[in-house]
Amino acid sequence: MAEESHSKAAHAGKLGYSFRRNLHERLIEVFLFLSAVFSVAIMLAIIVMLVKESIIFFQHVSIWEFLTDTQWTPLFDDAHYGILPLVSGTLVSSFIALLVALPLGTIIAIYLSEFAPFTIREIAKPFLELLGGIPTVVYGYFALLFITPILQIIFPELPGFSLLSAGLVMGIMIIPYVSSMTEDAMRAVPMNLREGSYAMGATRFQTAIRVVMPAAFSGIAAAYILGISRAVGETMVVAIAAGMQPNLTWNPMEPAATITAYIVQVSLGDLPHGSIGYQTIFAAGLTLLILTLVFNVIGHIMRKRYREIY
Amino acid sequence: MMKSINNLEEIRKIIGKHKRWDLAFMIAGIFALMIAVLTFMALFAHMLFDGMPRLSWDFFTSFPSRRPESAGILSAWVGTTLVMFVTAVSAVPLGIGSGIYLEEYAPKNLITEIIEINVTNLAGVPSIIYGLLALGLFVYQLGFGQSILAAGLALALLILPVVIVATREAIRSIPVTIREGAYALGATKWQTVSDHLLPYSSAGILTGIIIGLARAIGETAPIITIGALTFIAFLPPSPMKSEFPYISFEWLMAPFTVMPIQMFNWVSRPEEAFQLNAAAAGLVLVVMTLAMNGLAIYLRYRMRKNIKW
Repeated sequence: MAEESHSKAAHAGKLGYSFRRNLHERLIEVFLFLSAVFSVAIMLAIIVMLVKESIIFFQHVSIWEFLTDTQWTPLFDDAHYGILPLVSGTLVSSFIALLVALPLGTIIAIYLSEFAPFTIREIAKPFLELLGGIPTVVYGYFALLFITPILQIIFPELPGFSLLSAGLVMGIMIIPYVSSMTEDAMRAVPMNLREGSYAMGATRFQTAIRVVMPAAFSGIAAAYILGISRAVGETMVVAIAAGMQPNLTWNPMEPAATITAYIVQVSLGDLPHGSIGYQTIFAAGLTLLILTLVFNVIGHIMRKRYREIY
Repeated sequence: MMKSINNLEEIRKIIGKHKRWDLAFMIAGIFALMIAVLTFMALFAHMLFDGMPRLSWDFFTSFPSRRPESAGILSAWVGTTLVMFVTAVSAVPLGIGSGIYLEEYAPKNLITEIIEINVTNLAGVPSIIYGLLALGLFVYQLGFGQSILAAGLALALLILPVVIVATREAIRSIPVTIREGAYALGATKWQTVSDHLLPYSSAGILTGIIIGLARAIGETAPIITIGALTFIAFLPPSPMKSEFPYISFEWLMAPFTVMPIQMFNWVSRPEEAFQLNAAAAGLVLVVMTLAMNGLAIYLRYRMRKNIKW
């Protein structure tokens, strides 16, 4: 009898222990789950916040006016709320940046992945990474005080603020993002594809362009899309070097504000909470978010659809 | 009939032509790399040239001023330190927690997929959008005002994806045999994670945290968006007090400025003397971010060398 009750007690003790242990495990799992779900909450909060303020904005301004008016002067007495000048500034500066970043980034990636000897790659990769870590405000300073004066020697009529200068520097700033993602995609292509190509007598260049790049297409496309969405969302370089005057132009030699530069300009001033000026930056932010999300989704689809599986 | 190439000369010519393309591309590659290198050198040299004369002990211990020659970055670097502290304290546990969940616990279902897609999307959201979120949510809705707390939380949200991705990659690289060994000895899931996976992945996670913080230090746009003042000639209240309870959290609610804001403020002034200050502040900022990124790269390099499973 005594023995039996002893074993029962031991059993109960064990059960208690395992119950506590399970509870402990469950609690931790719930905590970890909540922290993972938190990122979804951030995204929802961003959308809710932008949409909420934008709805109030669109009660004052019709969507038609927002999308078609060619002037953006929300803080003037004669207020116009056309997003087009800001969109044109954003597109022109991004276009110049991509004109620099995509070709150079791709060439660097092909060179590092297919041509460069081991030591150059080991030095160049961390160097590019460091380049990508430099704060954007520093690049803005560089664009305004170094690149613009140099460009003014070549184009004497270039004003002190220009989309060209901001775009060029932004392009160089984006190179590391494009090159590192492109290179990763190319290096993920299995060696035997290259060996097959070499065995057929192809040179390195032919192999890189006709075998490796098509095989890495989905990754390269994703890298380009990331570059585009970086350029569109970049703030400090354009705010410092491109000027803050909304200007509906496609000429890169002119100063113009981008969507992001407008948000900075308004934030620098003292706008009362709840005023129409305050709501305009949320409407501008929503436009920007939609632009970048569209690019991100395209990138995601590209990666899924064209993924080669080895 | 196809033209047969049996002339050795002709074959050599064709090979030579293709080899020249190889060489041309090689040169193009080195040229492209040189553009990046030269830009960096020009940027650094320009800042060094302009900013170096301004760098002195006084520059670090003076407040910003209307007179450029006596202006300094005291409030800026103190502000940056405090904001980074808030950012690290809030982003690190959350980021590591979600990384662990996604890598070790998450079942394969719709919720997990939504979380994963969402983390990728968050990483692509422009930083200024986080500023708008912080302006609406932290500054007004939660009433934090234009404070260190609001700025630190805004930057924490911004670097959260970086920490999550780094944690996941570090945990993923640990071979499954380690987990099987722990389970075989009767360890629970959490014991396996906390006693084995986290210690083994700590270097990788640390690398991610440093890269994230280096990015947060240089971020300007979100902090401008929450409306941080640019002229701050005082320090936030000290976190230490002489009477009980000795620690004060008043500084969390204090107005502040940070290094990149101070630099932006000086860049946008027309007087050249202020732009020299901007160069000096930029120099400090670049050296800080380069040092942090360099440390992260070094840690990763050592990790790759030392750990062989």
